[in-house]
Amino acid sequence: MILEMASDSLGDRIALDGREPMTYAQLATRARRVATYLAKHPCENVVLVDLNSPAVPITLFGAAIAGKPFAPVNYRLADDRLRAIIKRTTPCLVIGGTGVSERIGDIEGVEYIDRDVLLAVGNDESLPETDGWGCDPDSTAVLLFTSGTTGDPKAAVLRHRNLAAYLVSSLEFGSAGEDEATIVSVPPYHIASVSSVLSTTYVGRRVVQLASFDPQHWVDNVRRYNVTHAMVVPTMLNRILDVIDADGEGLPSLRSLAYGGGPMPMAVVERAITLLPGVDLVNAYGLTETSSTISVLGPDDHLVAFYSDEPHVRARLGSVGRPLPGVEVEIRDGVIFVRGDQVSGEYVGAGDGLDDGWFNTRDAGYLDDDGYLFVQGRVDDVIVRGGENLSPGEIEAVLLEHPAVDAAAVVGIPDVEWGERVVAVVVRCDDCTEEELRAHVRAALRSASTPERIAFRDELPFNETGKLLRRVLREELAAEFAD
Amino acid sequence: MTVSLKPGARYASTVCSTEVVVVKGSGDIDLRCGGAPMNPVDDGHGDGTGVAEPFNEGTLVGKRYTNDDESVEFLCTKAGDGSLSIGDTALFVKGAKPLPSSD
Repeated sequence: MILEMASDSLGDRIALDGREPMTYAQLATRARRVATYLAKHPCENVVLVDLNSPAVPITLFGAAIAGKPFAPVNYRLADDRLRAIIKRTTPCLVIGGTGVSERIGDIEGVEYIDRDVLLAVGNDESLPETDGWGCDPDSTAVLLFTSGTTGDPKAAVLRHRNLAAYLVSSLEFGSAGEDEATIVSVPPYHIASVSSVLSTTYVGRRVVQLASFDPQHWVDNVRRYNVTHAMVVPTMLNRILDVIDADGEGLPSLRSLAYGGGPMPMAVVERAITLLPGVDLVNAYGLTETSSTISVLGPDDHLVAFYSDEPHVRARLGSVGRPLPGVEVEIRDGVIFVRGDQVSGEYVGAGDGLDDGWFNTRDAGYLDDDGYLFVQGRVDDVIVRGGENLSPGEIEAVLLEHPAVDAAAVVGIPDVEWGERVVAVVVRCDDCTEEELRAHVRAALRSASTPERIAFRDELPFNETGKLLRRVLREELAAEFAD
Repeated sequence: MTVSLKPGARYASTVCSTEVVVVKGSGDIDLRCGGAPMNPVDDGHGDGTGVAEPFNEGTLVGKRYTNDDESVEFLCTKAGDGSLSIGDTALFVKGAKPLPSSD
């Protein structure tokens, strides 16, 4: 339906820019040919194991028109985990890039085709286009495997009505200016990629895809294609700023830069405001299970907070702003609950787990007096020391205020006396000692929150979408600091 | 004639090219376009000859249409010459609440 509207009304606009630009009308034609192919195929799910390419939007829409769930899977997973996830989607058709076929091998119920074959199907003028546009609102549009930083990945179910609710309630159809372009660098298996395909189509904006993220490549493409809009995860932003800082040429075409997908250090936000004057910054908070964005800190909020002398207004730079119009937010015992048509909360084999429509995000947080939402990390990451709940995010924020600290992570490790004790990992950009940092935290918070031990490292372990691998850190530090 | 509202259900005008999808609403209502009852989208369109005044102001693709108490909401997916109403009460375009792009 989304693509139908774009094709009817905005068909001449460029959907995908690059060496061979594709219009929205062409995207629709190709997606409907692919839909014909997918509808005839005996598969139940359409799996994509690949980098960004035109196959992403063509397959997403093609599967939707054919009435089959689209399941983009993380191509960076180890082979055994990739195979395990694909097995859970059988019978399925797997579309992959170079080398994927060898990696998954033979699995019962899996048929494999190369991405180029899929693209050729889209280009095959002898194939009929599917009549109609599919999209039963209650059927599954997308299956996304959560990153599973705390355990086995769960398959989140997003139905057409969830995704459509997000678009219709938060965006205006066809509202993009003719010169606008978005650069997409998040991988296809991330909810931000799915929502980006849908929202750019709905507003009619040109898309520039990066096969995968590289900061120099990103900056080059923004300049070459006059990109006006972008969405990045926190680790990407700091690396992009490094490139701009080094060459001093800025990003003249860029108007709006959205970030999200994990906690963003306030220092990086301040650096972006300084290095990218005139660019609207947008902080978006959302989860896979909520069809992406549920709360937004807009450009004006950023500037008001940045230039404010009042501490509680300035603090909003570290908030995720206010909920979208179609979303309600409630804090229950320090945990963020959300409700709205775009909220799915459903996993394969587990139902939706919603309570009167409310979804437990398992993110800790609070609302300030003006309704700004602050996110304080995953509930599961809370450290319980001697019966007292300590927020790693709060301690990390204090560590990051120290001028010698470039990055910091705080976790709890098992302790005989306290249940858990607080330890930290710090990446230094200047000299400082463990004792200096402990004194710094003790002065700002209190002794219970002060890390008992601090390890120094060259970098922190992140997964490819910028999420800190706390589980890995916990294991490493438990071994390192064992009594 | 009335139709049963359900979010996601799609209706077509019988007198012009307008198509809508239900965004919000429930129960049975007398949904019209161009003054004539609308059909489920699979039942097809009219030719635009029968658009009756004052329901001839047209629909715009991508606009959301609602009533006074905002108990119903429709997204126009295809534009046409007729305008939407419930019985004789015209629906109007819901004010846009532009949000910054987050993706």
